[in-house]
Amino acid sequence: MTSTTFSKIVIRVYLGLFVAYMLLPLIIMGGAGLNNSRFPSVYPWVGFTDRWFIDLWTDERMWGAVRNTTWVALAVVAISVPIGTAAAILLNSVKPRARSFLYGFMVAPILTPGAVIGISTLLFWNTFHVPAGLYLSVMGQVSFVAAYVMLLVLARLQTFDPGLEEAALDLGASHGQVVRRILVPHLYPAIGAGAIIAFFQSVENFNVTLFTRGNSDTLTVYVGSKIRSGITPTINAFALVLIIFTVICAIIYEILRRRAERRAAELAATAAAAELM
Amino acid sequence: MQELLRRYGISLSVIMVAMTAFWLLALVVIPNLVLFKFSFRLYLPVDQLGGPNDVYTLKNYATFFESPIHINVFFSTILYSSFVTAICLAITYPLAYILAKVLKSTDTATFFLVLLVPLWVSEILRSFAWFIILSMQGPLNAVLLGIGIIDKPIRWITGFQSVIVGLVYAYILFMLFPIYNAISALDTNQIEASEDLGASMWRTHWRVIIPHSKPGIASGCVMVFMLCAGSVIVPTTLASTNSRWFTEIIQQWMFEGLDWNTGSAYAFLLLALCIIFVSLVMRILNVRLVDIAK
Repeated sequence: MTSTTFSKIVIRVYLGLFVAYMLLPLIIMGGAGLNNSRFPSVYPWVGFTDRWFIDLWTDERMWGAVRNTTWVALAVVAISVPIGTAAAILLNSVKPRARSFLYGFMVAPILTPGAVIGISTLLFWNTFHVPAGLYLSVMGQVSFVAAYVMLLVLARLQTFDPGLEEAALDLGASHGQVVRRILVPHLYPAIGAGAIIAFFQSVENFNVTLFTRGNSDTLTVYVGSKIRSGITPTINAFALVLIIFTVICAIIYEILRRRAERRAAELAATAAAAELM
Repeated sequence: MQELLRRYGISLSVIMVAMTAFWLLALVVIPNLVLFKFSFRLYLPVDQLGGPNDVYTLKNYATFFESPIHINVFFSTILYSSFVTAICLAITYPLAYILAKVLKSTDTATFFLVLLVPLWVSEILRSFAWFIILSMQGPLNAVLLGIGIIDKPIRWITGFQSVIVGLVYAYILFMLFPIYNAISALDTNQIEASEDLGASMWRTHWRVIIPHSKPGIASGCVMVFMLCAGSVIVPTTLASTNSRWFTEIIQQWMFEGLDWNTGSAYAFLLLALCIIFVSLVMRILNVRLVDIAK
């Protein structure tokens, strides 16, 4: 009896330590953005201030980086979501041998270091005289973000009943109607999650962007150059804003996911009830 | 292919094949071939391009193999990336087991919800957080001085120790999630059967749970190793002059030397390292690529 109580305590302590380990550094970093000290630090606590946020707000370069990052992220979502979805559907309707062959190429970008993707994208488009710039960052990011979307959609396709497509076709629906009215609605949760993940992967990306961006700033590059050249607590203020933004997005993502789960559970319950009748 | 046509008709099939082909050819395969080709060409002034000096050569790779410093950096990158991978595995395996099999599923869901935040905060900020914690005037020294464990501040950001701390923090969740997924797919009855038949806890893990979670372990190890070896921002933030990372040398060739050819040779070496690591892990743990990338 005492041994199970003991192991319960050990487990609680281990979980608690891990959560503290994951969150404390972020709290310390964000907290330093509120401290009125010239060097980013929470200790000694000099006093509460909003001056770092005001500095950040008036930083033109930061706003430029926000615009660029948003632009790149939306472009990455707009390109990688259709590509990843198409690739998953394609993969789901080819023969097993072709399937594993294609699958290998599709997941390769996930297992490739970002620096390699960045440099190869830069060199490839350079042979067509496309100079480095945010267009190339979009291309480089799409190459691996599309793979994440593909994996999400592929997992969702496993629960899809192809018989529904057959039935619709037999009843005279066109191929376009089948995709629009049956297949894509089934894939919505995966497509939605894919879009959110694509957006975040793009905003967070540093390695691919660094080698392809040319002279343009994105947020990660902006922060990176700030860290290298004289650190001020404005970066911490920025980090705090970003953490809050992340918390909000994580909550939205979780609500969407739970709603989708509940709907699936309701459907399953209805189906089970129908079967009983 | 016939099935695709039958299910979605000619025009939709063409669109889907075209999109997939654009992705795989223009964004994945051909850029890497171009990288490979570039690495065998010399960095020449524009007027010499196409001239007698513009030939295929192994010179860029020779630059690497003739530089003891670069070889040294390459192998420390491998060594410390493997070390970080091992630490992450050791920390997250028990955690993944607890989350998958010991905790109630609602508690596990809450736990993961909390972890979404550090997962989604960019790695640049995650390493910057440790830069603050480990700095001379930082909270860690302040706490240790306060308790009285040390009597003067310690310089933490030196050598590879700070890089290791930063890498573990930045990438540990990429180890946790795949292992958790693998263990939670294991039927709990199998664990109970093993216990009922008199196996000790260690034996149950060694003979039942670990073999079952091999794909997750493989996936986590591959991801963490690749992210570490290819990490640019963690070493930039937390390394010092006596601890250089291979990606920093690639950056030097690309940005300071403006020698894209030697840069691509070095980038190819990094890619080759990751390919070798993936195949090694697949061979040792006897798993397929489909199991790793899920």
